[in-house]
Amino acid sequence: MIYREAGQFRTTYSADQRIFPIAQDRVAMVLLLGTAFVLVPLLASEYALSALLIPMLVLALAALGLNILTGYAGQFSLGTAAFMSVGAFAAYNLQLRLPWLPLLAIFVLAGLISAGVGMVFGLPSLRIKGFYLAVATLAAQFFVDWLFTKVGWFSNYSSSGVITAQRMVIIGVPIETPVRRYLLVLSIVSLLALVAKNLARTRTGRSWMAVRDMDVAAEVIGIPILRTKLLAFGISSFYCGVSGALWAFAYLGTVEPQAFDLQRSFQILFMVIIGGLGTVMGAFLGAAFIMLFPLFLNWVFHAVVRGDVRAGLLSQLELVCFGALIIVFLIVEPRGLARLWQIGKEKLRLWPFPH
Amino acid sequence: MAFFVEVLVGGLLAGVMYSLIALGFVLIFKASGVFNFAQGAMVLAAATTYAGLVDLGWSGWTAFPAALAVMIVFALLTERLVLRPLVNQPQISLFMATIGLTFVLEGVSQAVWGSVVRGLDLGIPDTPLEVKGVLISKFDLVASATAGGLVLLLAFVFQRTRVGRALRAVADDHQAALSVGIPLERIWAMVWAAAGAVALVTGLLWGSRLGVQFALTQVALKALPVIILGGFTSIAGAIVGGLIVGASEKVAEVYLGPIIGGGIENWFPYVLALLFLLVRPDGLFGEKRIERV
Amino acid sequence: MQGRVPGAVLLQVRGVSLSFGGVHALRDVDFHIHEREICAIIGPNGAGKSSLLNVINGVYSPDKGTISYGGETRRSMRPHRAAQQGIARTFQNIALFKGMSVLDNVMAGRALKMQRGVLWQALYWGPAEREELEHRARVEKIIDFLQIEHVRRTPVGRLPYGLQKRVELARALAAEPKLLLLDEPMAGMNIEEKQDMCRFILDANDELGVAVGLIEHDMAVVMDIADRVVVLDYGRKIADGAPAEVRVNPEVIAAYLGVPTEADDRALREAS
Repeated sequence: MIYREAGQFRTTYSADQRIFPIAQDRVAMVLLLGTAFVLVPLLASEYALSALLIPMLVLALAALGLNILTGYAGQFSLGTAAFMSVGAFAAYNLQLRLPWLPLLAIFVLAGLISAGVGMVFGLPSLRIKGFYLAVATLAAQFFVDWLFTKVGWFSNYSSSGVITAQRMVIIGVPIETPVRRYLLVLSIVSLLALVAKNLARTRTGRSWMAVRDMDVAAEVIGIPILRTKLLAFGISSFYCGVSGALWAFAYLGTVEPQAFDLQRSFQILFMVIIGGLGTVMGAFLGAAFIMLFPLFLNWVFHAVVRGDVRAGLLSQLELVCFGALIIVFLIVEPRGLARLWQIGKEKLRLWPFPH
Repeated sequence: MAFFVEVLVGGLLAGVMYSLIALGFVLIFKASGVFNFAQGAMVLAAATTYAGLVDLGWSGWTAFPAALAVMIVFALLTERLVLRPLVNQPQISLFMATIGLTFVLEGVSQAVWGSVVRGLDLGIPDTPLEVKGVLISKFDLVASATAGGLVLLLAFVFQRTRVGRALRAVADDHQAALSVGIPLERIWAMVWAAAGAVALVTGLLWGSRLGVQFALTQVALKALPVIILGGFTSIAGAIVGGLIVGASEKVAEVYLGPIIGGGIENWFPYVLALLFLLVRPDGLFGEKRIERV
Repeated sequence: MQGRVPGAVLLQVRGVSLSFGGVHALRDVDFHIHEREICAIIGPNGAGKSSLLNVINGVYSPDKGTISYGGETRRSMRPHRAAQQGIARTFQNIALFKGMSVLDNVMAGRALKMQRGVLWQALYWGPAEREELEHRARVEKIIDFLQIEHVRRTPVGRLPYGLQKRVELARALAAEPKLLLLDEPMAGMNIEEKQDMCRFILDANDELGVAVGLIEHDMAVVMDIADRVVVLDYGRKIADGAPAEVRVNPEVIAAYLGVPTEADDRALREAS
């Protein structure tokens, strides 16, 4: 009843091309944004902001980046964390050596540097496909890891290898409290999510998907393959770079290579798979799921198991559950939570009728 | 000069160990078209089971078949719960499922046996042999001989037997193989069990060298550049690729390392494989993929 | 159906040979198409028809021979270049982008015509939006023309075979080509669908002035809509002329019916 489209006629192409062609969706989006920007900062605890929402949003951004590369353009990548690392270290070094640059410019530049690195590692994608490409992206992962650990210049020759991220200041306003950090992250992530959605519905997105589905045919209709793939690597790495910078500056407070290891790459890959490959919403759903699931598991575990338990058992259980979840999702709904959401909406359109 | 030869030989023999891991990958890929990311975890799980049992007082001779049995059970479960529901899905999905398997395997083996580092003593002496002024480890020689034996056995099975032919058919096209009556499920279970056996042998050899610990899975990742160089479907390629990776890694670490900074071996094989892929996208011995329009 | 006046020579293929390993797909083939002409390419299976199209639009590079098109003569085409110069095609095994909707597939066909850079698209405002809508309007005309409006949002992977073929034609037409190469566009269709397809091809030729190179097995269709028929057999051209002539050509009949002729014996000897 509520979610009826009847009576909503789209009379111009402009109306049809909108991100949310259905009025109820637009209303829902406005409410969501209102809640996120206004209600949450007012009502959420500091813990919820710092430990849940901020990391979730930052990782969602990285998931968006991976989604662009793997979901839209079909280039399989296991090196996501490497590009995050580049972004984090780039932001740190820019702030260190060019401190007169405004913070947002630093983030953008860090993203661009990451994009450049991404495009370099994306060059082989013209010749290499599928698993081979995945393994090649591992080269990026390990190389970047080694580079930032061994070459002292990047960490300003700090002896411990762990450097503190500088304070964030935007036009004189310090961004230190959880609320402010949350709003900064939320703004950046929302903006970039909108950009991702826009790219997906225009020529760029179509070229990516064409290359993903059948690159020989794409070439035949005139789509420049190398440029398209490189653009995917570049934009995806930009997102990952900004995400890495935010991870270091707005969440961890430190810039360290260990935060961007192979485990992280897998974590983001799982977000994208569980959330739904090839959708913007999937990145957010996946990030939320991966962040919240350990908490849920923790709660169930402690509710079920009484008494003393060997340390580490919970984290091992977590490993097992994650692995099992991936497999279950791949079998049951390979298109992830986003698809389940879509199915839910379709049922809602008919509700209360069965069909 | 003698030093270089020593480094080279050391690298080659280490490379043989990489080949062992790669063999497991190739076996599964060749026979089911699945890129099994969990191979490394299988190696660790097999070694951990063996070491754990030995720790509990079992003798090596009973622990080995027990560990083997565990791997076979794992293969059967995998086939039933993961492979069968995903039959004919794109390769990428199966690949990601094996990533999930990795986590499950790591979690379970750690939960059951704990994450304590265990030593493994196979009774093979690690004393060096001297050949013409070059020191070679006896252990490495034993490992090479084992690997060589396994390779010959597997190559024979694939090329000469009826089962081998069926396996190659399955790798090509699941549905087609089903439609000519090849019993997919049994074949897959068999292949994964075989890979599990290879993983066990590998785990024992690697484990006695490094100790049975989580780092083994990192080592297993090194097998990926090996199969890239060798080609995903070639058993011979696994050996050759392993030798190349082992040798080049050692040589690079010793000669390039001091210039650039140590720890090169973490990424050198990958970059090498990457560059190699640019020239030969299907590996040295891999089958050329042809896309029909 | 003829009565169209074909224009100047649009495409000229001279002495093209192509082989894969020991298989000679094309042997010394001369082929040309005039502007606004509908030329059918027929021949038994394996005669090299698809290979000829693949050579023309650059998917394969011939071993020998030249291709003259758009004022240039070259040894081989690059697919991107061919698309830029107005050659569009469909494929025997349907090369649609299965993950995208019909609308997106056809819009993808206009990729070469869309100029606005990535930054504008990221904002989707102003120039990028205008361009997007302008091309959408043109694409809708083609969708209208081919009567696929009712499935425009459906992912093509879910469409029946006949509709998929139509979508592929729409995507080819969306590029506003000068030369349209169709590889068995009516394979697997029933009579009604074939009649529809014929009508579409004729209308496209009529209204859009596009030359058509058409591989087809159905003789009735060929006789009906083609201005000229080219016959290939074992990689060689064995006939080239008006449909009525070609139909009674003894070599053509022999090739199809399998009565061995001298040419066949020669070809068999050379092939072994």
